[in-house]
Amino acid sequence: MKKYLIPMAAALALAVTSVGAAAQSKLKVGFIYLGPIGDLGWTYMHELGRQALVKELGDKIETTYLENVSEGPDSERSIEQLARTGHQLIFTTSFGYMDPTIRVAKKYPKIKFEHATGYKRAPNVGTYSGRFHEGRYIQGVIAGKMSKTGTLGYIASFPIPEVIAGINATILGAQSVNPNIKVKIIWVNTWFDPGKEADAAKALVDQGADILMQHTDSPAAMQVAAQRGILAFGQDSDMIKFGPKTQLTSIINNWGPYYIRATKAALDGTWKPEDTWDGLKEKMVLMADYTNMPDDVKKLAQDTEAAITNGSLHVFKCPVLGQDGKPVECKGGANLDNGQILGMNFYVKGIDDKIPGK
Amino acid sequence: MGLLEAIILSVIAASTPLLLAAAGELVVERAGVLNLGVEGMMIMGAACGFVGCWLTGSAFIGALFGIAAGMAMAAVFALMTLGLAVNQVATGLALTILGVGLSGLIGAGFVGERITPAAALYIPYLTDIPFIGRILFGQDGFVYASIALVIGIWWFLYRTRNGLILRAIGDSHTSAHALGYRVLTVRWLAVLFGGGCAGLAGAFLPLAYTPFFIPGMTAGRGWIALALVVFASWRPGRLVAGAYLFGAVTILQLHAQAFGLGIPSQLMTAMPYLATIIVLVLLSRARGTSGSAAPASLGMVFVPDR
Repeated sequence: MKKYLIPMAAALALAVTSVGAAAQSKLKVGFIYLGPIGDLGWTYMHELGRQALVKELGDKIETTYLENVSEGPDSERSIEQLARTGHQLIFTTSFGYMDPTIRVAKKYPKIKFEHATGYKRAPNVGTYSGRFHEGRYIQGVIAGKMSKTGTLGYIASFPIPEVIAGINATILGAQSVNPNIKVKIIWVNTWFDPGKEADAAKALVDQGADILMQHTDSPAAMQVAAQRGILAFGQDSDMIKFGPKTQLTSIINNWGPYYIRATKAALDGTWKPEDTWDGLKEKMVLMADYTNMPDDVKKLAQDTEAAITNGSLHVFKCPVLGQDGKPVECKGGANLDNGQILGMNFYVKGIDDKIPGK
Repeated sequence: MGLLEAIILSVIAASTPLLLAAAGELVVERAGVLNLGVEGMMIMGAACGFVGCWLTGSAFIGALFGIAAGMAMAAVFALMTLGLAVNQVATGLALTILGVGLSGLIGAGFVGERITPAAALYIPYLTDIPFIGRILFGQDGFVYASIALVIGIWWFLYRTRNGLILRAIGDSHTSAHALGYRVLTVRWLAVLFGGGCAGLAGAFLPLAYTPFFIPGMTAGRGWIALALVVFASWRPGRLVAGAYLFGAVTILQLHAQAFGLGIPSQLMTAMPYLATIIVLVLLSRARGTSGSAAPASLGMVFVPDR
């Protein structure tokens, strides 16, 4: 029902705004990107989302983007630049823009802000992110089935809750088909450094991992896997081009539908600062085609995807056992609640490693 | 392939771009010019090297494209700092920003394209020797070029008359000028040489290290190369040691993590930098108070007849 209401409301609102259209120009929507739009990873997917938005609402909006905006204090200037040049809705698309976004939002209370992957909100700042761990669980299931050595290689970026939850989801998925599965984790402390990601990938393969997965942004690990003749998962986008005989699947960050939804809400005046956390069900998280695996594994992956999508399977279904084998507190009834997943700072049983700095 | 052999191979690959770029910068700085644009020249070398290889199908021609791109960037730098006597630090930084942007533009259409990476050497029997075979006789051309380059630079600086002139210009450009040496010409050539080396180092990344192009793929290696020159106290021999130490620490920390040694990864990632600082402190202590090893005219603008 909601599906039909939104366009109707939007149409109504448009009728209203177009009355004053002579004076009122198009809604200006701004985007702040972390990397270059050609990174084929995180920023590229946000750019695809923006393009989807333009395709859908191009006659009512005007979009601007600033790329290569580094995180931290420097980004404040860029966000403010968009605010000053008449943008009424601004998407800041990386975790590190959180405090700058909040500060600029305070100065411009009439402008609406949307911050990706953060947790601080304000009357004019909403947040949004994807439940990427759902995709990682499916990857875990596939990896558990496909690994011959029983050792997975995981290239991790920074020990923040999202990455840790991703590792846990992977191992839980893998354990569901192979209870003895092992994972070797290398933290590279960067989101993007193809050379270093490749080095980490080689180190993992040299130490016996035969499936690679990553929480970093470049296709370097995929290429190392292709060279060494093993299998790997893509990240952020479909990386099949880099490993036609290597990629099993890839988590695809699909921001377009959300950008369209939020912009429509801004157009018709129903925008509210919300905390959106969508997954496979809402199609913010998509899986690339299941390739380079036998049919039974493919079927299992598809079934797992369907089960998560229809809600019959929850990735962090209680009891979730900590590394010491004791169940962790279960705040969400049958499952861990969102807060526990968003703030995850422990490894589950079966990971024989320590979170760095803990 | 044993684990130790695999680690050594990875270390060589990780060290090579650092050594190539730093070797060029060493000559530039020995001539008294501080070019902070290594990162920008490298990334241009990466983009143009990839494009060259993609167009011709030859990694060798790709490498030549990379060298040419690095030299073109260096020519811009030389024109500004030597021709117009603009501040070298500011120009170098601007060169990096320009290079990062321009390379993204040049490479934009090539992201996701595939090339055949540079082939590794194969000599029957020699390359097949267990353990040392692949390490000594199974590398790609970039690795051999980097070693030959450093030996060549050492020979030039310390065994030739022109090398002596270059060092004299770096230590006191006014004296060298008074003796009749052409300070600006020598510096022009040094800067172009440094640019070519940085371009080659950049080209190594998409042609051999990770065979694809992505904007920003040098990821700060140019800056590390700059630090290595200081680390080596402007001497070619120490430069090799420094580059390989840096590469070794980078790779070993990854393996230590995969072994699950339980050392915090943040500390491990900081190790190469920590090593640099320690060596710098040791070097300065060993030298006592007699001053730094830097060329005395480093970074100073020279205008003839002023």
